[in-house]
Amino acid sequence: MIKFLPAFVVIPLLTAFILPLFSKKNKDAATVLANIVIVSLLVLSVLFVNKTGVYVMGQRSIPLGINLVLDGLSSLLLLAISFVSFAAMLFSIRYMEQYTAKTKYLSLFMLMVAGMNGVVLSGDIFNLFVFLEVASIASYSLVGFGCEHEELEASFKYMVLGSIASAFLLFGIALVYGNTGSLNMVYISEIIQQTGMKNGLAFAMALFIVGFGLKAALVPFHAWLPDAHPSAPAPISAMLSGVLIKALGVYALCRIIFNVFGLSIAISWTLVALGVLSMVIGVFLAVGQWDMKRLLAYHSISQMGYVVMGVGLGALIIAEDGSKIWASLAIMGGLFHLINHAVFKSLLFLMSGSVEMATGTRQLKKLGGLGDVMPITRAVSFVASASIAGVPPFNGFWSKLILVVSAVGAGFYWLAGVTVVVSLVTLISFLKIQRYAFLGELPEYLQQVKESKGSMLYAMIFLACLCVFMGLILLVPSLRENILQPAVNVLMSGQGYANTVKTMVQQ
Amino acid sequence: MKGMSVIVKTISSWVKVLIILFGIYIVLFGHLTPGGGFAGGVVLASSYVLLMLAFGREFVLKNLPLSLDSKLDCVGGILFIAIAILGVVFGGVFFKNCFIEYGQKFNLISAGTIPLSNIVIGLKVGASLYLVIFLLSAFRRDDSDEQSVFRSPEEIHDRAMKDEKESN
Amino acid sequence: MPYAICFLLFMVGLYCAVVKKNMVKIVIGIMVMEYAVNLFLIMLGYRFGGVAPILSRSDVNNETGQIMQSFIDNSVDPLPQALVLTSIVISLGSLALLISICVRIYEKYGTFDITEIRRLKG
Repeated sequence: MIKFLPAFVVIPLLTAFILPLFSKKNKDAATVLANIVIVSLLVLSVLFVNKTGVYVMGQRSIPLGINLVLDGLSSLLLLAISFVSFAAMLFSIRYMEQYTAKTKYLSLFMLMVAGMNGVVLSGDIFNLFVFLEVASIASYSLVGFGCEHEELEASFKYMVLGSIASAFLLFGIALVYGNTGSLNMVYISEIIQQTGMKNGLAFAMALFIVGFGLKAALVPFHAWLPDAHPSAPAPISAMLSGVLIKALGVYALCRIIFNVFGLSIAISWTLVALGVLSMVIGVFLAVGQWDMKRLLAYHSISQMGYVVMGVGLGALIIAEDGSKIWASLAIMGGLFHLINHAVFKSLLFLMSGSVEMATGTRQLKKLGGLGDVMPITRAVSFVASASIAGVPPFNGFWSKLILVVSAVGAGFYWLAGVTVVVSLVTLISFLKIQRYAFLGELPEYLQQVKESKGSMLYAMIFLACLCVFMGLILLVPSLRENILQPAVNVLMSGQGYANTVKTMVQQ
Repeated sequence: MKGMSVIVKTISSWVKVLIILFGIYIVLFGHLTPGGGFAGGVVLASSYVLLMLAFGREFVLKNLPLSLDSKLDCVGGILFIAIAILGVVFGGVFFKNCFIEYGQKFNLISAGTIPLSNIVIGLKVGASLYLVIFLLSAFRRDDSDEQSVFRSPEEIHDRAMKDEKESN
Repeated sequence: MPYAICFLLFMVGLYCAVVKKNMVKIVIGIMVMEYAVNLFLIMLGYRFGGVAPILSRSDVNNETGQIMQSFIDNSVDPLPQALVLTSIVISLGSLALLISICVRIYEKYGTFDITEIRRLKG
């Protein structure tokens, strides 16, 4: 089974090079090929749930060869990437007809998927950087895909900040190599356990936090996100907000902090502070927005804050030798919110794309009364809004509930309070979308609006069903043991990661 | 762009052969000496850049159309992954170095699939770097146009071909 | 001391990317940052009096085919050089994309000044 692990990177990469060979006339064939590939990745990622293993490239022994590591956290992220990219690809069959050069779009999409899968699987810190750059460069050009004023400007802004983040990360990797003499995460982790944190490594840690924080758009580093995500085509916004900032930012940050460098109280407080700042500032900036996609983009910052806060709270409890149960509950809340956010935020962006394609605008003040002419889009947007605001039966409620419970249980009452308040403000801003876009009078110039058709609807309904039923992942014990618990265990084991991977190699 | 004077054209048509030879040397000996696919590919691309400067862009376009160039780029990428997959077929592991006897030091045919990968990377880097430089050079402010609008590679190609026909 | 100069170069690049108003200067600043990191990586592997990590015929024992111990003791660390090659390729790609976006923006807005390119706000 583990023999097929490189397929996650190779198949999309190969397709990315094959797709541009299709001419403009054959773009339907190209679309079909891209969809088949994405579906096969989806099937593969479902098959790999709760499998673990190490794949060493070129059959060299591990510190010399480059290895791919599949463990619980990786397979959780792979699952999220596959599901969201499946929906986005399905949506773009019809949506991307309004742009020229569809084959190039599909090729860049595939490169982005390959890069994200590589980041999630890589067990080598420099290889992680290379895949991160592949995914980022593809996303820079996808943000500017429309080549209009705003898109180019957003793309430039995103690219400048992204390149600065990359330079920071490379500097950090150089420092790690200089201090430990290895690039493999297992060996770095072992050497750090023996020698402890030297000054150089602490500096590298700070560089990693800034670099991955820029990629994840946590609050002091968030300036690019509200420009970049709305400017991209809707399926790409869904990919960027849904999985890219998680795979490149939060996943990599968690992996480096928990499994490689080990936890300390200062780093845990940094994570909690970044998370709380992102939650609060993101949501208050979001309420005032009148551009629908921009509002959603600010909510991405806020919801990423939840994830980082949950994970950071778990780290803090571990670092302070608190109760393991509350720590694992907090981490589980964070990770569960990560996959929930991937689903409902991509659904919201696809919904906004559907509205934009039908009406030609995304300014809330110009919309209204769409509920009557676009009933399915309206239903879908209701499900997604209820999820993101944490209304009970939907998935967002469960992850927020766990976060609040674990914060109360560990004695951080103020964190629980902040979580609830931010959730209420989120509810207000989504009531605003419902009120201005879907209720009220239908303006004169929107009388001709029709419901979007075909693949766009299927993609949205697919994600909406996920939103409704994903609470089951938490509630049904067998699903929880297979999907969430392995990921939590990886983070809880901390630097035990090194031993786990070594025993996996010997098998 | 009509190209430079006769002296430049003559010299560069001589030099281009040397540059291409040097590029091929660097690509082929990548596993023995410094260099390899990337460096050799850059040298190969620079030979076409020299031709572009000396003879003008239309001449280069006739020699190596952009559509062919971007196809070469993709084929390079596909072949590189194909070589990696050969490792699965013959050795059971991805990127496994197999297929040719290796271990003979200082021989040109040694080191297994590494020289093959070098050649393919040289192809890919040469094609894509030439493409990048050509397209960036195509972004010029044309005073003849009322507005300098962006043109896609196909349009640039068609336009250059039309200019060529008119000058004949 | 050489490491401090690398760090200084990195900071110069960062300053240039953050403070300058001209888009092309921002791009130059980013590239200075990347090359400062590349220089740092190369310096990590360097040792005084070292030789290039490329095997030549004189480094191999003719009878046994073994590599001489003196070569292994004296050669500089080749791994950072491989890393630098990779990072140069990556920065080449991102440089090409950055410059082409700059050119496109110039065509749309007619200026390189980022204070005048302000359609997005909020």
